[in-house]
Amino acid sequence: MFSLALFDVVNATEARVNAPEEPVIWFLQTFVTLFIIMNVVMVIMAYQTWAERKVMALAQQRFGPMRTGPIGLLQPIADAVKLLNKEYIVPRDADKTLFFFAPIIAFIPALAAFAVIPWGDATGEGLFGGWIRPIIANLNMGILYLLALSSIGVYGIVMSGYTSGNKYATLGSIRSSAQVVSYELTMGLGLMGTLIMAGSLNLNDVVIAQQNTMWYIIPQFFGFIVYAISGIAETNRNPFDLPEAESELVAGYHLEYGAMHFGMVYLGEYINMNVIAATVATLYLGGWAAPASFLEFIPGPIWLFLKFAFFLFIYYWIRVTLPRFRYDQLMGFCWKVLFPIALANVAITAVFKYLGITFGWWG
Amino acid sequence: MQNVMNPVGGDNFQEKGDKRMRLSLGPHHPSTHGVLQVIVDLEGETVVRCDPVPGYLHRGTEKLAENKYYTQIIPLTDRLDYLSPFNNNLSYTMAVEKLVGIEVPERAQWIRLILSELQRIASHLIWFGTHVMDIGAITPFLWAARDRETIMDIFEMCSGARLTLSYTRIGGLMSDVPPGFNEKVHEFTELFHKALKDYNKVVSKNPIFMSRTQGVGVITAEQAIQYGLTGPSLRGSGVEWDLRKHEPYMYYDQLDFEIPLGSTGDSYDRYLVRMEEMEQSNRIIQQALAKLPSKGPVKADDPKIVLPPKELSMSRAEEMQRHFYQVIHGFPAPVGECYFGLEGPKGELGFYIISDGSPRPYRLKIRAPSYVNLQALPLMTEGRMIADVITCIGTIDIVLGEVDR
Amino acid sequence: MKESLQVVAQKLQEKFGGNILGITEFRDEVTVRVKKTIWFEVHQFLRDDPDCAFNMMIDETAADYPLRDERFDVISHLLSLSKRHRFRVKASTSEKIPSLCPVWKTANWLERETYDMFGIIYEGHPDLRRILMAENWEGFPLRKDYPTEGYDI
Repeated sequence: MFSLALFDVVNATEARVNAPEEPVIWFLQTFVTLFIIMNVVMVIMAYQTWAERKVMALAQQRFGPMRTGPIGLLQPIADAVKLLNKEYIVPRDADKTLFFFAPIIAFIPALAAFAVIPWGDATGEGLFGGWIRPIIANLNMGILYLLALSSIGVYGIVMSGYTSGNKYATLGSIRSSAQVVSYELTMGLGLMGTLIMAGSLNLNDVVIAQQNTMWYIIPQFFGFIVYAISGIAETNRNPFDLPEAESELVAGYHLEYGAMHFGMVYLGEYINMNVIAATVATLYLGGWAAPASFLEFIPGPIWLFLKFAFFLFIYYWIRVTLPRFRYDQLMGFCWKVLFPIALANVAITAVFKYLGITFGWWG
Repeated sequence: MQNVMNPVGGDNFQEKGDKRMRLSLGPHHPSTHGVLQVIVDLEGETVVRCDPVPGYLHRGTEKLAENKYYTQIIPLTDRLDYLSPFNNNLSYTMAVEKLVGIEVPERAQWIRLILSELQRIASHLIWFGTHVMDIGAITPFLWAARDRETIMDIFEMCSGARLTLSYTRIGGLMSDVPPGFNEKVHEFTELFHKALKDYNKVVSKNPIFMSRTQGVGVITAEQAIQYGLTGPSLRGSGVEWDLRKHEPYMYYDQLDFEIPLGSTGDSYDRYLVRMEEMEQSNRIIQQALAKLPSKGPVKADDPKIVLPPKELSMSRAEEMQRHFYQVIHGFPAPVGECYFGLEGPKGELGFYIISDGSPRPYRLKIRAPSYVNLQALPLMTEGRMIADVITCIGTIDIVLGEVDR
Repeated sequence: MKESLQVVAQKLQEKFGGNILGITEFRDEVTVRVKKTIWFEVHQFLRDDPDCAFNMMIDETAADYPLRDERFDVISHLLSLSKRHRFRVKASTSEKIPSLCPVWKTANWLERETYDMFGIIYEGHPDLRRILMAENWEGFPLRKDYPTEGYDI
């Protein structure tokens, strides 16, 4: 009964599934895919801390982690073990239940967003006869799902600051939530250009459309810039990291968290970065598609990984170079600069699409 | 019992039920450059009142100095402005030399000049690294630290210590510089010239940096003079006053260098003034290296004040007795008082000594530039946003060792 | 003595006459000792008079002579940026002296420190409270009868 009900739900959201006769087997296959993809994503997230420290260190003319394992490769594991061993402290003025759940609410939506990123062609069958599929959930409204989840992530920030019972943390969370909500708007608008060009909210369709024409970074260059900058602001990274600025509010809204809770907030930030990077790689850089047909022997997931690693490198590069925006400058930048550019981009793209103007193989 | 957050004499608004929030950028803070507490009253994001509370690093240097001989006070002076200890040593030693009336030989003065300018560069490099790091760019701090390592190596070569040098003595230097000093300093000046170009490229024209510092913490020239600011904080407001040019000491009148001046008195101007000062210091060092006499004594010839050379005091009885006597009994200074100020990296660093004829000073007052400059913080921050408080603390370049003594 | 300082000394003698207790010179520095009744007026004169033009106060401090009648000596150092000369003014007091805050804003913290270390009360100071020692400290550290080792609190 349960499996039939699930099948109905799945059908109702118009997921395109490859006609399973047995809903139970389909469900088990999804579960295996989910297990594998989530583990891969979490390992990438853990090693991101290592990669970031190495990139920053090399820019600063030093080495970064070198002692834990060869060239510091065991550093994330060392960090995790340390965090797990620490004591979980709750401040006296904190609201205990919400304090406990806030970092979890910050972390889970970002992880859940990986359900719709295609690692290979979702219309195909996947490995081992369908047991490891290239995408966990091939939703027709993929992009809408992503944006909705990032909105839920804001609750995590607001709750963790407010329930800490600490003036600094409250200040940090207020600023952060205003910042995230504003930049989400420009993020959505920036994305719309690609959606208009591809004609569908399904991420796999966008990749296939890019394979047919060209990577959307070129026609949608301004949309890419708007989306990338808004993505950096969404995830509270430098130069938009005033809410957690160490030098000013002493780590802002996640000040009071110790042990694994801090780990969740901290890694949640990295997962958010991964989501933005994966979305950029899928929507602007062609996702799992190889740049030219003679390179197609390299499998799809590797291409996606390379593209999103490249974008993560840009994230680190920007962090290591630029100073921080002050809060009023940050908000002014969003509303006075990015928002008009994003709107103009959407308008022009829509006009071109409506008039059917295609520049040869642009489209 | 009064406490810092509700001081007697400050207004106690919490009873009136105000919407203001009183925040203590407490002594434990990554950006207050040491243990400085700043109590800010905020209305939303705007600072309504700003009250710096120094005193967490007060060690009673002036009281200790009343019980020590003149030479024994030199290590105490190291720990005042601990980012430029040679300048503290130098200022104190020159004040005592002025009081006692002793002439320092030429080679010693040139070496003092070179080391003083190197120390100025080292202090400005730390200022640069930490100020830019507070504004958010974390990389230049490590580049500045790397360049400072070369300067620390030069100091270690001369005196044995990287930071708390205690290299000067009344009448000259502790000892002559080892061979290889000239080459190492020359190598540094070449390297540093290129490094400064890098720093200017990355930071000075960065639009985010400029928008964070322009118009922030403005001090007009009249206000600067009223508040007694000296050093780059004064020159950033456009007032032309540098002790090296206007009251020259050592051999600065024989050297060719310029004094950078700002125009508007905001943080960006003070930043540019200090960056240019580093370039000019580099120039001074190059000229001084050329003029440094290759041989000569590094201690004055006065037998009452200067200890005899080690070879003699280890072999001849007369010198050994003199060495013992001077170390145990000190040397008497004439009755009188004397003030000497030199242009340190943060402003006019002065020592005022009142002597009553004994080998210990009767009163030693340290005129610390950071202490006087810090008074201007409320002027710069009231009415602005809280993120600017950190920028303003960084731009007046304070060191708590000096503020608190 | 530098010429410009001779002019200053002369003008001070003319204006304040008997209240000037002595002008001395040591190592090219000029010190004038005044009575504390004219402490404020002397500084105002030194700032405003065009021949003196001491527009910056460098330091204000004190010294303790416990065996004297008026045990404290309050000392201020002045600098003229335009004429490039320095000056020192001294006055003796047993406890109170007028504050120089209205003349130069620098005096604010310098006087607070002197109050903290010696216990000299500056009349007219806007915010006279301890600065380097803790707010509730008892005793004045730089006085000669305060031990160097300090007290346990």
